[in-house]
This record gives sequence, structure tokens and C-alpha cells, in this order.
Amino acid sequence: MTYLSKTMIFVAGLALAACTNPDRFEDQAGLGGGGFGTGAGSVSDPTSPAYFQQAIGDRVLFAVDQSTLSPAAQATLDGQAQWLMTNRDFTAVIEGHADERGTREYNVALGARRANAVQEYLVSRGVAGSRLRVVSFGKERPIEICSDEACYSKNRRAVTVLAAGLGS
Amino acid sequence: MMRSLLTLLAALTLWAFPATAQQGGPLRLELTEGVIEPMPFAVPDFVADTPAAQEFARNIARVIAADLTGTGLFREIPAEAHISRITSFESPVQFADWRAINAQALVTGAVNVDGSGRVVVRFRIHDVFAGQELGRGQQLVGDRDGWRRIAHKVGDQVYARITGEGGYFDSRVVFVSESGPKDQRAKRLAIMDYDGANVQFLTDAASIVLAPRFSPTGDRVLYTSYETGFPRIYVLDVANVGRRVLPTLDGTMAFAPRFSPDGRTVLYSLTQGGNTDLYTMDITSGASTRLTTAPSIETAPSYSPDGRQIVFESDRSGTPQLYIMPVSGGEARRISFGQGRYGTPVWSPRGDLIAFTKQSKGRFHIGVMRTDGSEERLLTASFLDEGPTWAPNGRVVMFTRETQGAQGEARLYSVDITGRNLRQVVTPSGASDPSWGPLQN
Repeated sequence: MTYLSKTMIFVAGLALAACTNPDRFEDQAGLGGGGFGTGAGSVSDPTSPAYFQQAIGDRVLFAVDQSTLSPAAQATLDGQAQWLMTNRDFTAVIEGHADERGTREYNVALGARRANAVQEYLVSRGVAGSRLRVVSFGKERPIEICSDEACYSKNRRAVTVLAAGLGS
Repeated sequence: MMRSLLTLLAALTLWAFPATAQQGGPLRLELTEGVIEPMPFAVPDFVADTPAAQEFARNIARVIAADLTGTGLFREIPAEAHISRITSFESPVQFADWRAINAQALVTGAVNVDGSGRVVVRFRIHDVFAGQELGRGQQLVGDRDGWRRIAHKVGDQVYARITGEGGYFDSRVVFVSESGPKDQRAKRLAIMDYDGANVQFLTDAASIVLAPRFSPTGDRVLYTSYETGFPRIYVLDVANVGRRVLPTLDGTMAFAPRFSPDGRTVLYSLTQGGNTDLYTMDITSGASTRLTTAPSIETAPSYSPDGRQIVFESDRSGTPQLYIMPVSGGEARRISFGQGRYGTPVWSPRGDLIAFTKQSKGRFHIGVMRTDGSEERLLTASFLDEGPTWAPNGRVVMFTRETQGAQGEARLYSVDITGRNLRQVVTPSGASDPSWGPLQN
């Protein structure tokens, strides 16, 4: 006996609305933001990005949940400011980062605080604000991948990434 | 005297959902308390009316069984134990044979592939101990590629008729698919069925993408991408994968976007001068309105289902905590007062609960609380649990669990709002940031 009282029909088209080709994109890894990733030039040349990165130090570290600059961080940033004042052809993007012990979106905001603290400090030391941009990667780009404070402390950072370009 | 499926289920419902069943019940969830036997059921292979239907007859029954057992409320009696075989959908069910193996619910069905190649499924749900049908038979029609959806719809009918709650099987999840080591992780937006089937990528891996959110009808997805080098909000059309960036002032960062319940407004975080506040944007005009002005971080917002309030995360007190404010901004009241840090609040579709991430004593938890902050219950605990999203019926949350160490990997899990039935949602690779879409039409 058939009694199919209620008939619900959903037809082709509704069934699968999204794209049907799961591999329409090529796989490619990468990180937004250009700059001199590995430090161009020779570290012995004080005008080179390599010198900025290695001799002066392109990054400062932060305590858990903090965005205040330690005396050591301020010393590094004094060096960065001086270098940027001397080498005026460079601009910089300051990247703020957080360790993995926080939620994703909060960490984006926290990384922004850290990057901003660096920017404000550099500006206070005379670097034109127009040469500096800030970005936060939150916890998306750790440089150390262990799950210990030894790694976390290096990941809570703000990195000044140089880019060629005339400051406007 | 025969046990009726319905009376048994009344007890089952009480057990499964104490939060609503017992007013003023205990504040803490006792994970070990009150475990009862899941209801035994049988779903024999559906009957193939035509040779072309053969491939679907078994697969559809298997997906229905997986849906039901996946809830933790049902237990399947395997085919080896069946005494009767269902060879005709129309023949009377030999209830004695199903009673003998203690199958309390029985789902039978037949599959046909019609002249235009569409899959036609008829099914019935039987209350074995009452010896009668539970509700009436139904027919579902879909295209061949949509056979899993037909199965999920049958599963939703079984779930709904037996529990009295809405189902959630015919739904999709948008999430971030992850691959590669922790320090170079590639992230792509992806969409899948709620059970991890039919994964499809929506973006390539060229840029970091974060925290997608479905629109209320599931037609669009909001997400954050670093495509420009800076976080910006994009809206993507699920049907054609077309996308556009939402307007953001130069020198700012925009992230954490959420659709309003009517789908017209985007609630999001904007960072300017290191300070992160909440804004809304008319998605058509692009005009933004600022909602908060505190020097603290305000992010991870979520609308109440009626669209009148916003719950969000703020560290204005010194640590991240949860607050509720009117949809137009204004005074916010704190609702989280336990020990630890609270984040990622998400209002339940029923409006009664808020799911959240809690960080306490070095562990991460997914929890739920009432909208006034009372009756906090922690559902999970691990090295890193984060970012709950609600099933359409408000009974299950899905979230990200990331494992510890250099080889750590993110995966999706789901858990009942009782804290029971923790399960991994199996995905082909790492996965994070799920957003559970609505029940499909």
C-alpha cells in the first residue's frame, strides 16, 4: 500500500550549490607582505637591510599579553630609528605577532597593539609616520613551533620589515 | 506490555538535555552522570527498485545510520544481527523479528532512479515495540550527486520525529583547511557537509584566511584574508565563488566579521592606531558605524538571534571577558565572572545560551552559559580548544582543537551541549575555524 502523504522535492541545482571542482586552485603557500625577508646585502655594510636585521635587530619581544616596550626593546628600537633616519630610501612594515596561547581574533588585536607600540616609539624618535605601516598576524605566523615558553617568548614579537620605497 | 518508542524517548530527551528539561538544575555539568543506553535502531539497506538504484540503496542507509549514531543518542543494530530482510518496501514489516533483536526504531526505504536520472527515495520510520509507523512515509527526490543530502534529510526526519527536536544533518560547514608546518601553515577557505563529506575549496592557499562565517541563509560567507598583506574582510558568494573586499580605510585592519540575522549588516572589528573596536557596516552601501570607543580590545562579536543585542569579547577589565550590549552600541554589561579568560562568544540559535572559549590554568575549554552569565558549564578541556559554532538546532557545538608541540595540528570536533559525545569531524587535512550553516531547504 502506498501512502506517501507528504512529498518533499528538492531537485538538481539546489542539491549542490557550490563549485564542483575541488581543485580549481593551484596549491601555493606564501605569506603576504614583501620586504627583504632574509636581509639583503652584507651585514658589514651599515646601510644594508642585512645590517638592520642582524646588527641592530629587526625585532623586539613582549611579555605575555603585554604590548609595553622593555628597556631592551627600547634600545633596539633606538637603533632602528637611527638607521631609518639615516637610510631614508626605506619604508617599513611593522608586523605584530602573538603566541599560540590565545584565541585567534583576540590575538590579531593583541599583535596590532604590539606593532603599534613599536610604530609609536619609532615616530617618537623622529621617524616619519608616513614611512611606517603596521600589520598584525596574530598567532598565524610563529617563528618557533614548540609549545613551550622558550618558543612562545620568541613568537610574542614585533618585527620591523624593511621595504624599498621612498618615504612620501 | 509493550514499550512504546515515544515514551522511551521522552525519558531520553530528559536525559540528553537537562539544561532545558530541568529548570534550576545543577550549575555544573557532571560528565559522568546520567549516562543511559542509546536507543537501538536498525536501518537495513534500502530496496533498489531498479538496477540503477542499487548503488544508492546501501549508501543512503549507511549515511542515515552514521547520522543517527553520530548524535550519541542512538545505537545501530548491525545487519548481521537482523532476522528479517526487507525485500519489498510495501510488504508489512515483521515487527516480531525486529523486537527479537531489540531494535526500537526501524527505518525502511526504497530507491528508484527515474527516467530523467533523478534519485527518488521513499522511506518509513517504524516504532517497533508499538508495532506501527511513526508519522507517515515520505518521498524525497534529488539529483544523483545529491544522494547524501537525501540521506541526511531522512536522518533529520528520524531525529526530529523521535526526539521532538529539529535535526541538523542536512547542513554545511565552512571552515579553514590547513596544511603544512606550524610556521608556514597554508590556509584555504573550504566548505563541506556537516559530517566532513564533500569538501570543496573556496580560495587558494596564497593568502592567510581566518574565521569564516556563514550568512543566515548559507548563501554567502564572510571571512578575513591577508590577500593585500593586511587583514581585510571579504564576502564570498557560495554558489559561484565570486568574492569582493569590503571597503576599509587605508592604514587600518578589519577582521572578525559576522552577518546580522537579516544578512544585511556586517558586524566586525577595526583596528586603528593599535586600538581595536567594533563597527557595523551596511553590506550594500559600505557605510560603517562605530559601536565602541574604549581604548581596550573589542572583538569576536556575535548577534543575538533576534538581532537586538551583541555579545563580544573585551579586555577592558584587564583580561578578556564577555560583554553584552545593545545592537546600536552603548553601555555593555559583563557576563563572565569565572576564573580565567573568556573569548569567542557565540549566541545559540535558540537564544538561550552563549558558547565560548575559556582559558584557565593553562588549559582551553569550550563552554556554555546562560545569557546572564549564570549556569556556566565547561564541555571540553584540552591544550587548545577554541571557537565554538552552533548546530542549527542549538544542541551541538563544533570547534577547533589543536594539539601541542612542533607537530601540532588543528582538527574539528563536535560535542553535545551536555558535554557528551565528543567526536572528531573527519577532514582530509588539518581544519580550523568552523562556521555551521543553517539547515538546508
